[in-house]
Amino acid sequence: MRAAASRVSAVPVASGVHWIGAFDPGLRNFDIILRTANGTSYNAYAVRGSAGVAVIDTVKAEFAESFFARLESVADYNEISTIVQNHLEPDHSGALPELLRRAPQAMLYVSHQARPMLKGLFDPAEFAGRITGVGTSDTVSLGDRQLEFFNTPYLHWPDTQCTWLAAEGMLFSADFLGCHYCDERLFNDAVGDFRFSFDYYYSHIMRPFRGHVRNALDLIEPLPLLTIAPGHGPILRDDPRDYVRRYRALSGSGLHNTTAKTLLVFYISAYGATRRMAEAVAAGAESAATECGDAGDLRVSLYDIEGSEPQPFVDLIEEADALLFGSPTINGDAVKPVWDLLSSLTMVDVKGKLGAAFGSYGWSGEAVSMIEDRLRRLKLRVPVPGVKARLSPTADEFAACRELGRQAALHLLGRAEARAIDMAELV
Amino acid sequence: MPKAQVTFQDIGVTVTVPAGTRLIEVSEKVGAGITYGCREGECCTCLTKIISGHEHLAAPSVLEDQVLKDNLAPRHHRLACQAQVLGGEIVVKPA
Repeated sequence: MRAAASRVSAVPVASGVHWIGAFDPGLRNFDIILRTANGTSYNAYAVRGSAGVAVIDTVKAEFAESFFARLESVADYNEISTIVQNHLEPDHSGALPELLRRAPQAMLYVSHQARPMLKGLFDPAEFAGRITGVGTSDTVSLGDRQLEFFNTPYLHWPDTQCTWLAAEGMLFSADFLGCHYCDERLFNDAVGDFRFSFDYYYSHIMRPFRGHVRNALDLIEPLPLLTIAPGHGPILRDDPRDYVRRYRALSGSGLHNTTAKTLLVFYISAYGATRRMAEAVAAGAESAATECGDAGDLRVSLYDIEGSEPQPFVDLIEEADALLFGSPTINGDAVKPVWDLLSSLTMVDVKGKLGAAFGSYGWSGEAVSMIEDRLRRLKLRVPVPGVKARLSPTADEFAACRELGRQAALHLLGRAEARAIDMAELV
Repeated sequence: MPKAQVTFQDIGVTVTVPAGTRLIEVSEKVGAGITYGCREGECCTCLTKIISGHEHLAAPSVLEDQVLKDNLAPRHHRLACQAQVLGGEIVVKPA
């Protein structure tokens, strides 16, 4: 195996562009939430223009020594006019304060959203008078070439942006289109097979923000891309557009799409009471669709949570419009399989979906309100109050379940009646 | 005590509230889709579009104003954890 990068040398990427990052082959877990079988790289770049050098991103603080050694191999600190920080997470910004000290004439370019975050990460005195906030179409000149910025927030922090070097057809994309795959051969046509790392990174880092991914792709796709230079993993110089297409596919619907609204009822039941409540909720939702004459526009589905691992349900939920959860209360809580599913929903974007809860209980019945609270915290709207039934549900309680399903469906179909209430009525 | 009417457009609910109420005090209880993070006017998670009646909300504090600017909030958007109702009719929805 022949490495493209020696321990201390910068690696040419294009005319006047060098990789000056660092390798971290021993890393096995990143951000707590994902595993890194092949370690990672912290990619940073130096771009030389006729009027100065730009440094695009830095590295994790522990790897600053090799970053500075590589930078020094291609530029003097007094040549650095521009520092671009596309993303402020510490694995990219760890060497930033020291770089600012070593290049005191350089100006720092970050997204507008990054400015308040900088204050939270570093001593503001480090940057006083040296920060320029930039957005889409803003540029900074390096003399004979310029950098252009694209505001691409939530990929995967609010601050993230991409930087475009038109002269080389090169996009510096930060975490967008990156992956954790450490290989010193550095370029996608030279490294090992990193396809699983690319998809795995998307599913853990980008998937919760897929709407933002699509927005960023809309900005990036028209560019005449020759190279994508991400913040982690291989530099994509061989068919970079293939990776853009892969992101477009990954951020699309994971399931065959229908035009119908989808309402999913999940339940778990010890003795059958919550199951029968779930059936009543589903029946109520079906009745609303029929009542509206829109039966074809609503698909109601019922799932026993015990029957599956969370992941297939998560895929369903990502595409669904309404999520109704039924859980008994045991020892003052909703049961663990329900929490396992609800805790998995941070993997996908559920903001704005409709949520509701129901369930039977023996003597206290906390589960329903706990689930409702979790749904609100997940940024769902919960407009229909939940239904609780003590032990075996009565006819009235089944009717309340049907009404819960009916009202949820009416909300989904845009047919819910406007309500006027006094604040004093709210619990 | 003067009253105001706040309509949460995403769920079709209008709530009569006493003047001085903050949007956060109502929206969660009624199940509207406005979501909260820090609840202290810093994170901008609860950014809310004021569809009409923005003049019936107390003017934003210096802190709220700065957070709205930092987050590039469009015109007639407020933080629901900060915005205080003065009276009249107000229609809101999640940003």
